[in-house]
Amino acid sequence: MQIPVVRNILEANANEASELKDFFAQKGILVLNLMSSPGAGKTTILERTLTDLRDELRMAVIEGDLQTDNDARRVAATGAQAVQINTEGGCHLTASQVRAALASLDLDGLDILFIENVGNLVCPAEFDVGEDFKVTLLSVTEGDDKPEKYPLMFHISAATLLNKIDLLPYVDFNLENASRHARTLNADISLFPVSARTGEGMAAWYDWLRSHRAAKKKLA
Amino acid sequence: MHELSIAQSLLALIEDEMAKHGKEKLITVKVRHGRLSSVVPEALSMAFEVLTADSRLAGAALVMEETPVLLRCRDCSREFTPDPPTAAFAPCPGCGQELGHTVVSGRELYIEYLELE
Repeated sequence: MQIPVVRNILEANANEASELKDFFAQKGILVLNLMSSPGAGKTTILERTLTDLRDELRMAVIEGDLQTDNDARRVAATGAQAVQINTEGGCHLTASQVRAALASLDLDGLDILFIENVGNLVCPAEFDVGEDFKVTLLSVTEGDDKPEKYPLMFHISAATLLNKIDLLPYVDFNLENASRHARTLNADISLFPVSARTGEGMAAWYDWLRSHRAAKKKLA
Repeated sequence: MHELSIAQSLLALIEDEMAKHGKEKLITVKVRHGRLSSVVPEALSMAFEVLTADSRLAGAALVMEETPVLLRCRDCSREFTPDPPTAAFAPCPGCGQELGHTVVSGRELYIEYLELE
């Protein structure tokens, strides 16, 4: 007997993510799902952001890694709340892992929650974790055709930070090519060429954070 | 390599549907996956086989079919599949617009039907 089903295979995660989204909406917390390949500089971007905006915004971080709590310790050194999830081989964070991690955070009065996903441009694209926006990082030590190679990730991202621009003189990365590839996949994507090391370009990223945080608060 | 977690979610849905319909044996499960959903069919088959071994689902057939990418042009609303179909995005063949096409299909990942006994 053949039974038509038509059920999304990842519906359990999708349902849990949408519950989380409702919860964050009530609290007025802006939630960003930060994704990139390993080594693009997610944690360094966070360290700089958390330090530069700490007098202005209350921020917390959920760190996803296969192993170690190195990143959570780096982030916590800025004074922000941080909790580490070890996926122990899992290539992406899931909504239920994020829900469990929330128990370790004080969410009252929080403005922004960053969820640093496992370094991987493929799998995390399929698993929402309750975020308002997906933000990707691409560093100039990678190929400028990366958006073309990982189309889904850039298609569904609201913003992309092009990191390590202080290294542009030493690499073959073409900023214009990368931007064009990203816009092909998503015409409305916000692009921020930055250097988390020198701080160049970070002001525009901070303005983006401020405006989305204000919009989220207004809706709560 | 998220096929293992996809296979786990797939098995949970199959068990749920089998209970709902009061059936004991799975003959076939048909999965539809979009070209953009980044599922590697061989990896999903392998994960399905490993997870069902020694269970009542052992030996069931997992049939997969890929849905091509279908885009809608931001400017002229024409719907088209990129050429070559292995490309994820391409300029609109009607008006040439390169940017900002909407994905109409190609992201899906769902069970189409189950054959139960």
